Amino acid sequence: MIEFWLIPVVMMLVIVGLFPPIAGYIVLVERKVLADMQVRLGPMRVGPHGLLQPLADALKLLLKEDIIPRDSDKGIFYVAPILSMFTAFVAFGVVPFSEQFRIADVNVGLLVISALGSVGILGIVLGGWSSNSHYPLLGALRSSAQLVSYELAMGLGLVCGVMSAGTLSMVQIVRNQQTQGVWYVFDNWGAMAPAFLIFFIAAVAETNRSPFDLPEAESELVAGFHTEYSGFRWALYMLAEYGNIFVVSAVSVTLFWGGWLRPFPSVGWLEVPLNYGVPFLLFAGPGIASIVLLAPKLKYAPHRYGMLVVGGALTLVGAILLIPAVNAVAAAPFWFLLKVAFFLYVMIWFRGTFPRYRYDQLMDIGWKVLIPLGLGTIALNAVVGMI
Amino acid sequence: MANSISEILGSAAAIAKGMSVTLKEMMSPTVTEDYPDAPAKFQERYRGVHVLQRDEAGLEKCVACFLCAAACPSNCIYIEADENTEKKRISGGERYASVYNIDYSRCIFCGFCVEACPTDAITHGHQFEIASYNTSTLIYRKEQMLVNIAPNVKAPALPVETTGGH
Repeated sequence: MIEFWLIPVVMMLVIVGLFPPIAGYIVLVERKVLADMQVRLGPMRVGPHGLLQPLADALKLLLKEDIIPRDSDKGIFYVAPILSMFTAFVAFGVVPFSEQFRIADVNVGLLVISALGSVGILGIVLGGWSSNSHYPLLGALRSSAQLVSYELAMGLGLVCGVMSAGTLSMVQIVRNQQTQGVWYVFDNWGAMAPAFLIFFIAAVAETNRSPFDLPEAESELVAGFHTEYSGFRWALYMLAEYGNIFVVSAVSVTLFWGGWLRPFPSVGWLEVPLNYGVPFLLFAGPGIASIVLLAPKLKYAPHRYGMLVVGGALTLVGAILLIPAVNAVAAAPFWFLLKVAFFLYVMIWFRGTFPRYRYDQLMDIGWKVLIPLGLGTIALNAVVGMI
Repeated sequence: MANSISEILGSAAAIAKGMSVTLKEMMSPTVTEDYPDAPAKFQERYRGVHVLQRDEAGLEKCVACFLCAAACPSNCIYIEADENTEKKRISGGERYASVYNIDYSRCIFCGFCVEACPTDAITHGHQFEIASYNTSTLIYRKEQMLVNIAPNVKAPALPVETTGGH
């Protein structure tokens, strides 16, 4: 009985408490990776190699003046960012981090996430509308048009996955991948790969990420729908955006890439090298590298000690994951988060690579390419899946 | 049909190519320097604060010919010449600069003085952090710009007189 509500409640508190700092560090990773791609250094001043930058950003946002435009529709102006963040956070409720670590196993989990994504658009539209200002309005209009058209393509991609899984429950989808012995992206002799690509492209558009970031196109619309927002309300929008990115990555991992399953989950002898070796290498490797390579180069003593602490902590985490009792519990969420991190990285990679689409190109891709292709892949997968 | 399929494949190839470019750039080292946490890097011919050179025997190369002062477009070099004697030999030539000041509040780092110098006595170093709240500290004296005597060279017959307070 206790287990019935204990893990969900603890998970909920952990997600609500931990996601804001994690989002801050996703932002830092994004800035660092973009900087690397543009052969720059990125944030270097706050903490060793900019590791404390998210804290500084959060503090700045909390201390900033909270401006509410005089002519804005105040009630909606207050509610809009909360609505955005609410939907992003509620979607975490059906994301299974592992067999044990999940909040709820809703039997229509995928539908819940899809529905919350649609409601989340309202936060953006209302925020832009209530600001009573030109650029936010344009941004909101763009976002409503974009999100409505890409929702369709995203749904078509999801339908393919659901056809393979035969269920909408996020947990059951992963279990079915285990019993069927295939990650659905490789299912149907490769016919699922286009479905995944359609879903992923539409998902990037759904989360307003570059190259589909027209609602907040800074070169044309100042900041799009959140132009008039400042301080912590703006931070709520950012939090919602990164929450959505995380959820969308989690959905692609769950539906197409085997959720919390390790690669080749049915091959027994791979368990030790994959479940023990990979986490240890991924944590202890950078940890030792930052102690041996990065820390000695830092001239400023607090930065050097900070880097040593970070490296030591990473190595320690790697070592703790080697304990069999811990590993039995932590390996599944580790694989889940590793896959999610990969898709987060791919989204940052997109942002570093592609210029923003023009509005008509955006609509062309949505309606003339993705939706016909999506319908085609559904037909293809339906036929191939029957064989 | 075949046309649109080849178009889609072509777009996919273009996307992959673009992504590979950014990945390659990510792997390449950054061009941004981490100054002031890391030392700044210079081209060899960077024109920083001047360095007055010595010859192999440790004597000053400057013979107080005033050509650098004459070449200077901003008139920032001030020299007082003195005769070398048997007892007190500072430079290899007939005369030496008893006072050699460069006013860095006026110097434009054009390098004309270096070009003009017949004995290669004045050269540009790589020091550039000379900003100051007090312009009087920007007048550098000879002792501040002179290179140290190389450790493998024994000191000149008579020690270089340190003339403070010019």
